[in-house]
Amino acid sequence: MALSAEESGRLAALLSGQAERVTHRWTETVAGSLRGRLSQAELRRQVQDLHQAIVDTGQQGAIDLSADTAAELRATLSELSRGRARQGFSATETAISIFALKDVLVELVQEAGGDNALRDYVAFSGLVDEMGLFTFESFVRTRESLIADQAEQLLELSTPVVKLWEGVVAVPLVGTLDSARAQVVMERLLQTLVDTSSPYAIIDITGVPAVDTQVAQHILKTVVAARLMGADCIISGIRPQIAQTIVALGIEFGDIATKASLADALRHVLRLTGVESTRRQPRRDA
Amino acid sequence: MERVPILKIGDILLVSIQLDMSDQTAVALQEDLAERIVVTGCHGVIIDITALDIVDSFVGRMLSTIASISKVLDAETVVVGMRPAVAITLVELGLSLNGIRTALNVERGMELIAAARADELEYQLDDDPDAETATP
Amino acid sequence: MTAGVDLGPQAQAIRSDEDVVRVRQLVRGVAVAVKLSLVDQTKVVTAASELARNTLVYGGGGSVEVTTVDNGRRRGVRIVFADSGPGIPDLDLAFTDGYTTGSGMGLGLSGARRLVDEFEIETSAETGTRITVTKWSR
Repeated sequence: MALSAEESGRLAALLSGQAERVTHRWTETVAGSLRGRLSQAELRRQVQDLHQAIVDTGQQGAIDLSADTAAELRATLSELSRGRARQGFSATETAISIFALKDVLVELVQEAGGDNALRDYVAFSGLVDEMGLFTFESFVRTRESLIADQAEQLLELSTPVVKLWEGVVAVPLVGTLDSARAQVVMERLLQTLVDTSSPYAIIDITGVPAVDTQVAQHILKTVVAARLMGADCIISGIRPQIAQTIVALGIEFGDIATKASLADALRHVLRLTGVESTRRQPRRDA
Repeated sequence: MERVPILKIGDILLVSIQLDMSDQTAVALQEDLAERIVVTGCHGVIIDITALDIVDSFVGRMLSTIASISKVLDAETVVVGMRPAVAITLVELGLSLNGIRTALNVERGMELIAAARADELEYQLDDDPDAETATP
Repeated sequence: MTAGVDLGPQAQAIRSDEDVVRVRQLVRGVAVAVKLSLVDQTKVVTAASELARNTLVYGGGGSVEVTTVDNGRRRGVRIVFADSGPGIPDLDLAFTDGYTTGSGMGLGLSGARRLVDEFEIETSAETGTRITVTKWSR
């Protein structure tokens, strides 16, 4: 796919010969496709950078997008697609910024004429395709890392563990619980018990629309793990549908305390701790 | 073979496991503890496993056995300081440590023993005033 | 034991109680090197402890080899336990929770299998038992 040294030289000459006109036409074409969502000035600067990078690379010799000599060009392309991905442009809109160069080239090659005009255009066009694909790839990579970052942030945001009272922590769960999130919640809750030295934890699932077997198992395991560490869990806010699911799935909640609301759960815990502190006065039962 | 030290603090024996125990060391600890409970007449045992980065089925069984033995010898055992990762792993492993009382840290463990002891003393004083003097 | 970034296979004989402790430390070192989460480290070390004890008690001793693995996306720890003992006559029974012929709680094999991502076992009276387990990073 790489251009030969002569072809690269001709491309560089063609592009730098009428630099002003090239970037102008290029910017115009791209601007049409982006429908004014990027300022002319910024677009012009991006196109000029790209133009410059291609000319520089072409003047150094054969343009091969995967070679070391094209590092500058690759960096410019990546920067362009990263910017587009962050600003919310589509992949097509990003690739068009590169493919628009073809329209400009076809004019230039036509005007220059000569015996190898057609062959040159095919070769140049091949390079533009390659650059387009490269842009596309880095666009996708940027999007993927954005999504991964957001997923992580969401996980952080959606699993707060709060101290409710002296010795009582609570996790108000909101939204769909998948296995990965349930695991994060479990680990964070248990760590908070240690850090705050709290013997009681309330898991409030008022905001959880549905529970499947796996998630129910995760909650159960959390309760058992907390017990092993010397803390008690109370589950509050079980919706009627979830209660039905739990029974239908045959999940044993055993002797785990469940309460209708977070307030009830807190009252329950306070009563328990109250009993413990006054336990020594009268006999509890006979 | 290394041995785990057992400290006596008031009416409580404190075992703080600081090393990655071999099975032999675990068995030796079990025997040493039974001996010390009888010799000292302590009524509480706290096993601090804060420093343990794993508890496998062998150590789990040892903890259960210690709890049972001490119960027979009229002492309450509390295992304290289990790390979250260890607890999660034990649950996955299927080990429930039945019959073992647990607490988050040594302080809470001592409270637990004191409370259990207070209850028991009341019962004994009410039901049988002489029970307190009958130590094995 | 050293825990470098790129670890070749590391072997350890299992002949005594102390060797089981060494296996745990070896596995932990490798698990840290491939950046397993704390919970996953704990799980794989616990599984290794169970299996190393099985190798010692039921296989009459043997050896373990710990390697790092890489599937392009994730890294992991692979541990191979081998003994030339009498083999396991009834695998289904051996994997039943609570079943034991020894002094444990009968959770060794079934429990260890739940703690890892991949678990393979080959066993026969002639060649002994060979168990391969793998734990991947998340």
